Amino acid sequence: MQCAQIQINYYYVGLWTGHDFHSQFPSFATCSKELKECSGHVFVDSVPEFCLPETELIDLSTVDVILISNYHCMMALPYITEHTGFTGTVYATEPTVQIGRLLMEELVNFIERVPKAQSASLWKNKDIQRLLPSPLKDAVEVSTWRRCYTMQEVNSALSKIQLVGYSQKIELFGAVQVTPLSSGYALGSSNWIIQSHYEKVSYVSGSSLLTTHPQPMDQASLKNSDVLVLTGLTQIPTANPDGMVGEFCSNLALTVRNGGNVLVPCYPSGVIYDLLECLYQYIDSAGLSNIPFYFISPVANSSLEFSQIFAEWLCHNKQTKVYLPEPPFPHAELIQTNKLKHYPSLHGDFSSDFRQPCVVFTGHPSLRFGDVVHFMELWGKSSLNTVIFTEPDFSYLEALAPYQPLAMKCIYCPIDTRLNFIQVSKLLKEVQPLHVVCPEQYTQPPPAQSHRMDLMIDCQPPAMSYRRAEVLALPFKRRYEKIEIMPELADSLVPMEIKPGISLATVSAVLHTKDNKHVLQPPPRPTQPTGGKKRKRASDDIPDCKVLKPLLSGSIPVEQFVQALEKHGFSDIKVEDTAKGHIVLLQEAETLIQIEEDSTHIICDNDEMLRVRLRDLVLKFLQKF
Amino acid sequence: MPEIRVTPLGAGQDVGRSCILVSIGGKNVMLDCGMHMGFNDDRRFPDFSYITRNGRLTDFLDCVIISHFHLDHCGALPYFSEMVGYDGPIYMTHPTQAICPILLEDYRKIAVDKKGEANFFTSQMIKDCMKKVVAVHLHQTVQVDDELEIKAYYAGHVLGAAMFQIKVGSESVVYTGDYNMTPDRHLGAAWIDKCRPNLLITESTYATTIRDSKRCRERDFLKKVHEAVERGGKVLIPVFALGRAQELCILLETFWERMNLKAPIYFSTGLTEKANHYYKLFITWTNQKIRKTFVQRNMFEFKHIKAFDRAFADNPGPMVIMPGYCVQGTVGHKILSGQRKLEMEGRQVLEVKMQVEYMSFSAHADAKGIMQLVGQAEPESVLLVHGEAKKMEFLKQKIEQEFRVSCYMPANGETVTLPTSPSIPVGISLGLLKREMAQGLLPDAKKPRLLHGTLIMKDSNFRLVSSEQALKELGLAEHQLRFTCRVHLHDPRKEQETAMRVYSHLKSVLKEHCVQHLPDGSVTVESILIQAAAHSEDPGTKVLLVSWTYQDEELGSHLTSLLKKGLPQAAS
Repeated sequence: MQCAQIQINYYYVGLWTGHDFHSQFPSFATCSKELKECSGHVFVDSVPEFCLPETELIDLSTVDVILISNYHCMMALPYITEHTGFTGTVYATEPTVQIGRLLMEELVNFIERVPKAQSASLWKNKDIQRLLPSPLKDAVEVSTWRRCYTMQEVNSALSKIQLVGYSQKIELFGAVQVTPLSSGYALGSSNWIIQSHYEKVSYVSGSSLLTTHPQPMDQASLKNSDVLVLTGLTQIPTANPDGMVGEFCSNLALTVRNGGNVLVPCYPSGVIYDLLECLYQYIDSAGLSNIPFYFISPVANSSLEFSQIFAEWLCHNKQTKVYLPEPPFPHAELIQTNKLKHYPSLHGDFSSDFRQPCVVFTGHPSLRFGDVVHFMELWGKSSLNTVIFTEPDFSYLEALAPYQPLAMKCIYCPIDTRLNFIQVSKLLKEVQPLHVVCPEQYTQPPPAQSHRMDLMIDCQPPAMSYRRAEVLALPFKRRYEKIEIMPELADSLVPMEIKPGISLATVSAVLHTKDNKHVLQPPPRPTQPTGGKKRKRASDDIPDCKVLKPLLSGSIPVEQFVQALEKHGFSDIKVEDTAKGHIVLLQEAETLIQIEEDSTHIICDNDEMLRVRLRDLVLKFLQKF
Repeated sequence: MPEIRVTPLGAGQDVGRSCILVSIGGKNVMLDCGMHMGFNDDRRFPDFSYITRNGRLTDFLDCVIISHFHLDHCGALPYFSEMVGYDGPIYMTHPTQAICPILLEDYRKIAVDKKGEANFFTSQMIKDCMKKVVAVHLHQTVQVDDELEIKAYYAGHVLGAAMFQIKVGSESVVYTGDYNMTPDRHLGAAWIDKCRPNLLITESTYATTIRDSKRCRERDFLKKVHEAVERGGKVLIPVFALGRAQELCILLETFWERMNLKAPIYFSTGLTEKANHYYKLFITWTNQKIRKTFVQRNMFEFKHIKAFDRAFADNPGPMVIMPGYCVQGTVGHKILSGQRKLEMEGRQVLEVKMQVEYMSFSAHADAKGIMQLVGQAEPESVLLVHGEAKKMEFLKQKIEQEFRVSCYMPANGETVTLPTSPSIPVGISLGLLKREMAQGLLPDAKKPRLLHGTLIMKDSNFRLVSSEQALKELGLAEHQLRFTCRVHLHDPRKEQETAMRVYSHLKSVLKEHCVQHLPDGSVTVESILIQAAAHSEDPGTKVLLVSWTYQDEELGSHLTSLLKKGLPQAAS
């Protein structure tokens, strides 16, 4: 689950929202009663439930903006927008929304297809849960787990999203600007820049440096970040995606050649496009041209169609194809030549078209619901068949547990194109943020491979880490904000050079602040007292004009000061030296001027004319600030 | 004085060879690079020698922007970049980048192969030219360099048509290209946010027309086609292959389906068929309805409309044919311009008996639409291009009246100069700003307040800080200037009592200020100190020592003059 929240200028920007059911998903089998044992494992039999991002810690009605990074990171959106009092804006790219909709639609469809009467809740009692075997006893926040949303809630949630394009600058409240950047991981996937005029935070989540179908990651725009929040790294840092694809193809070919069927549990969008492309290039050379490929999902057709219309979000090669004009993905050709067929479910047309041996792509990759359950049961008993896991989100052993004992072969080829630790250090060297912030687990080697010091983030200064539901103060101090000086005011300023290359000008101006934008305007001219007529209205608009005098700096050279006094008609001047400076006496006027390095004190009788003359003489020697 | 300068090299009081030079904030941008349909000589391209007499175009121009793929907006591009010579960036949207080279190639073929022109740009030049193109997304802010940024908005005129905002610092210009403010059957309406540019450069093709409702025109069109088909006649609809052809295809397709008509519809092979593929792949650029339903049915996959084959020409029975647009010199063009007798090859004279009707489906904004866009963008001034002078005159008056902004309509080669007064962005120290903002929370917050600070200018880095901070940063010490004034008061009482009297007097007079009587017997007004002392010679006189710093000058001076007047007689 990726979710972070950043507060700048009192505005909350939420960065959501995957719903995390990978590790904490309560496994269940098709048995009665709430708990059931199956080959030594205990399962909960229930309607599937989902773990949400932390919602207790913050009042979601105070969140102003949610930024969606990619379509996998928005599965919890309906829970937030429909049930928490959230009234802010959600920003996402068009492919993210369209494909996110497909993922949600598939999920809702799968869950609604097999209605179950009730959710299991007894096991959630802390006293009972404590006694259950792992992984049930380790599941966190089980009381907040929720049932799946409805399509109506999905539509309502999606209607609240504002579409944005890469490198589009979005002004928030006049104070902050957010910009999505291509993250290279999936169609429309984004990293986000959140910046004011003087601070820049980058949120890097689910990024890839590999060349697959999406537009390459925009690294240059991440430069000069004060803080870079890094999350969504690869789940399988030790697996090389290219090698996995190769293994996928060869295992698939081997099984089919031996007359077996291949089952690929997968999401209806994403890696499947790349797999189909590999197979397109592979099947002829491997002699698999006659083997049917089936893609079964309620959104299979939409997913294949949508992938072809997002030319602008694709890598350069695919874009060039569109310019020809040809469909960017070769699965169009697989469909045309009848090698790939897609069906909304295994009922209907599929049952009559179905030929074996074959390859089936279908969901859900957790193996807990969807058409995949049927194929597991159908093919599980034969050792000729193979199930190939490609999605990295779920532990394949846990996924398979309720189906044990199984005769079919299980191949684990997780394809996760997101950044690994080598790529991260390369990226950080390139981008050079002042500070890196990341989840705690990235700052130490994985528990199962504690000796692998290379499987953690290594950067200078060390990354700051956070844990679930922890508040972290970002290490920057805001010192400046932008203000605009109106041209008329700018014209009236008198700069003076204090040091070579540095000029100063004192500014007295009227501050106007609207929508968090600050503007300095020239002060109004003092209203001329117009012959006795009292205009009360006008005087109301004059700002508090107790014109503050500027600060002074410099020192007064005594000899020159005395010369100036003489020039201005003072006589009878006496100068006495003191410990810290001088005293200038104007005996006739009974006036005494103490001059020291950093101060001047004029002591005189109450003769305003005299005082002002002396004052102005002194000021000539000083600089104003 | 900073200024924005605009010079049309084409499309100034004219339609054709759109090409407008804009200088803004020291940057030079060329908007569109079109050809003129009406000329076959030098005048068909803009006069690029105007841009610079003896320098390279690349040195002078920071970028070129192409609004859409119509040839009167991009037709001169290969000539400009490859033959005159320009190597800088050329910006356009993805669909424009995809379709533009095809139209250029088509144009080249007609000019070279059909009209036999020499010294025209070659296919290779088109390819080389397209290599200089940088594609932009809608609403993406493209940083051309550190200062110049451009942003595309949806224009609705044809697939991929865009309006562009050009921005340097706080100055900006919006160029509309061609646009349409009413959604049609395959495209959405142009949209722009309230970006308040200094100048809006808008097309004005239909400056004086307010078109009747689109529905009526469509009904009219369908009725005429239907009647002809019913009579068993053949209908020819010459239409440009990209844009209007798709619009009419969708219109006819839905009509055929609704009326259950069987007569075949054909479009010219080549361009239109290819064009339909582009529309399918760039479906995100079409209107909402088509985008929503494309999975179930792609509107650009037609059931009733097929590619034309020459062999069909003599087929009996009714049919509808959409040949390509009739360019000058073709038979089609002669018929359209009203010629009733045609001399064919072999001296054979053919009498034209067919009916000729003219209908406009062009996707330009009409006067109402133009006014609407001006209202949306709220520019400080407007400049009209891409229209006829007479009609522009009318629209110019209307805009000036309604929006109270100045409106220009320069002819080709004529320069409009707009003085601008951009505000200067500086960084204000948060301490200073917060101090001011905190005062804004006081009851009379609405009253504008004066802010005092020091602007430190170092290179191009401008920061506004409090005076104290400025001194500190520059390592300077403050020089304190203090005044102490002796005010003589006639008062025989003791010093303490005098001080007490001064205190109560000031307290009652200076209601707005903080007046305090300190334990040591002195009185303060804000930070001004007043002490009473005995006179060395006259026991009936007391001396008040009023002491203040230069920063309290006003109040100090006021106090002394107040005390000079003496104290009121207190009832003791």
